[in-house]
Amino acid sequence: MTSNLIVYLIAIPLFSSAVLLLTGRKANKWGHLLGTLASASSFGVGAYLFTQMLAQPAEERAMTQKLFSWINVGSFNVDASLLLDQLSICFVLLITGVGTLIHIYSISYMSHDLDRRRFFAYLNLFIAAMLLLVLGNSYLNLYVGWEGVGLASYLLIGFWNQKPTYATAAKKAFVMNRVGDLGLSLAIMIAFASMGTVSFDGIKEAAPQTSTATLTAIGIMLLIAAAGKSAQFPLQAWLGDAMAGPTPVSALIHAATMVTAGVYLITRSNFIFDAAPTAQLLVVIVGAITLLFGAVVGTAKDDIKKALAASTMSQIGYMILGAGLGPVGYAFAIMHLLTHGFFKAGMFLGAGSVMHGMNDEVNMRKYGALRKFMPITFITFGLGYLAIIGVPPFAGFYSKDMIIETALNAGGIKGILLGSAALFGAALTAFYMTRVIILTFTGTKRWDDEAHPHESPILMWLPMAVLAIGSVASGYLFTRGDALVHWLEPIVAPGEHGEHAELLPPIVVSALALTMVLIGISIAVMMYVRRPVADVAPEDVSALTRIVRQDLLQDAANEAIFMRPGQSLTKTLVSIDEKVIDGAVRGVGAMALGSGSELRKTQTGYVRSYSALILVGAAAIVLGIWVITQ
Amino acid sequence: MNSANYLYLSALLFTIGAVGVVIRRNAIVVFMCVELMLNAANLTFVTFSRINGNLDGQIVAFFTMVVAACEVVVGLAIIVTIYRSRRSASVDDANLLKR
Repeated sequence: MTSNLIVYLIAIPLFSSAVLLLTGRKANKWGHLLGTLASASSFGVGAYLFTQMLAQPAEERAMTQKLFSWINVGSFNVDASLLLDQLSICFVLLITGVGTLIHIYSISYMSHDLDRRRFFAYLNLFIAAMLLLVLGNSYLNLYVGWEGVGLASYLLIGFWNQKPTYATAAKKAFVMNRVGDLGLSLAIMIAFASMGTVSFDGIKEAAPQTSTATLTAIGIMLLIAAAGKSAQFPLQAWLGDAMAGPTPVSALIHAATMVTAGVYLITRSNFIFDAAPTAQLLVVIVGAITLLFGAVVGTAKDDIKKALAASTMSQIGYMILGAGLGPVGYAFAIMHLLTHGFFKAGMFLGAGSVMHGMNDEVNMRKYGALRKFMPITFITFGLGYLAIIGVPPFAGFYSKDMIIETALNAGGIKGILLGSAALFGAALTAFYMTRVIILTFTGTKRWDDEAHPHESPILMWLPMAVLAIGSVASGYLFTRGDALVHWLEPIVAPGEHGEHAELLPPIVVSALALTMVLIGISIAVMMYVRRPVADVAPEDVSALTRIVRQDLLQDAANEAIFMRPGQSLTKTLVSIDEKVIDGAVRGVGAMALGSGSELRKTQTGYVRSYSALILVGAAAIVLGIWVITQ
Repeated sequence: MNSANYLYLSALLFTIGAVGVVIRRNAIVVFMCVELMLNAANLTFVTFSRINGNLDGQIVAFFTMVVAACEVVVGLAIIVTIYRSRRSASVDDANLLKR
């Protein structure tokens, strides 16, 4: 089926972004409204296309639209084509839906900022790029969007770039993302070299005839790409610093949408990973490491946004783990992605609301007892909290439980290891999220007298409320009659692969997960309710806590392994360049100069010495000829 | 008579000419020494022409004479001009081309 409407999804926000950027200050009065309207219209188009898809039978739901012939060189033909299928539409609705809510929120949140128009222009640019990412029908089209969201992310993290640390955070995110981007471009190159095509359909057809080694190489490169964009181990270090951006940005880009692009990439490339078991194994390993890593880091963060960022990293670890479990896991990864989009965006907006009322204070140790002052924020944040720790019947329970169950059933020692990691991660999640709730909303007040906490205006709490409803209901809606699994079936084809022997019955898994959650909550309650909370982070802590406070030494490790050797390599190369290469060039010059000034001395101006030289030279030539011919 | 003797004579004349060019200062003498070397070369050409029994060497000798005549005209003109301006015919005095 073809549809001419798909392009408007991207074109509307892109056009609005261009208008806002080009019109300049004149648009300051209405810029935010146009930006919000563009995002909302895009959502409207997405919703209309969704209803059109619903009306079709499952196999005919995918829609395509060819825009123009992009690259046409010899046998290499790439069209700029859009593909809207069951997987894309999930993302389209999430991006434009959550995106619109966050636009609305930003109108109020950024109302005191002089550059609000530019902020909305960047947000629209992000929406357009992200939609292109999920709508491209080939890896090359996806790559354009992939770079576009990287750019938008950079611009928005560094939105307040008058602070040098924020500008540095933006650069850090951009540079670490480049490492991942390199993986994606290499994957595209390998795919083209071995299969002669870069479109999803073409590679899907060619994959069975391609050697496992090639597919493994492509898979590993795609995993590196996903790790860079989704802040997965070992490219995770940028996400915490990315919280330098305004809070709506953290909610939209660094929680709900962009950072989940890696999960999309792996799910979209299911035909590669299913045929490359080694790459798939690496995916689950990366996912399992990151979900524990993020959760552990989250336990020691006092900055509310950084705690949520660590949690995002951990939750995306769950998604990557799910996506790495093969055909049975993709749908659950996407489900967790969607529910996470609701509850984490909601909580970030809640954190923004708290900061709004607390003079932009982010240290949770300076909060406390905000429940009374911000009841709506507390309720919406609390619903998100219940969703993320996985309490039934909230959204996270369904999606996370499915991933834990699938991990446990992965078979053998692998299943037990992955399952325990996921279960342990659930306990850690419960611990750090309970800690956030306790430190922020309950206990005694620890803030200064300058802060006047108050509830945020309706433009801010309304989006939070909508997202909270999503956090409550989405899990149930997705799992009712396996709705999402069946919806995604044409893309990821779970089919009969799901018939693993079950290690544990589902009900036992759920009980186990809930037990872990309860343990996590009780430890947090013991540590932060029973004991008074200090308003500065205590210094007399164990070495382990110190390490966790430094993000498990991620920056130190990066600096020791990559940055310093890189710097010394650069220094060596610079000195080689200066001494050897420049030295050779300068040496040639000096030699010509020196030999010239020496040879000049033979020019005496005396005819007799010239003639003597000619005579000697002629004699030498004659002698030479005589010697040679002898 | 043995043809080699002509070659000995020619070598002797050439050496005298060459030594004269190198050690004498008077431009006219130097010039005559150059002529001596040219004529030594001419004698060699003619001798080899005789030894080999063809006319190539003799023809080259004519060319040499033409060149020598031209050279005398130009060379004497230069020498006379230098003498007029400097009141000296010493080749060592005309050394402005050094360095």
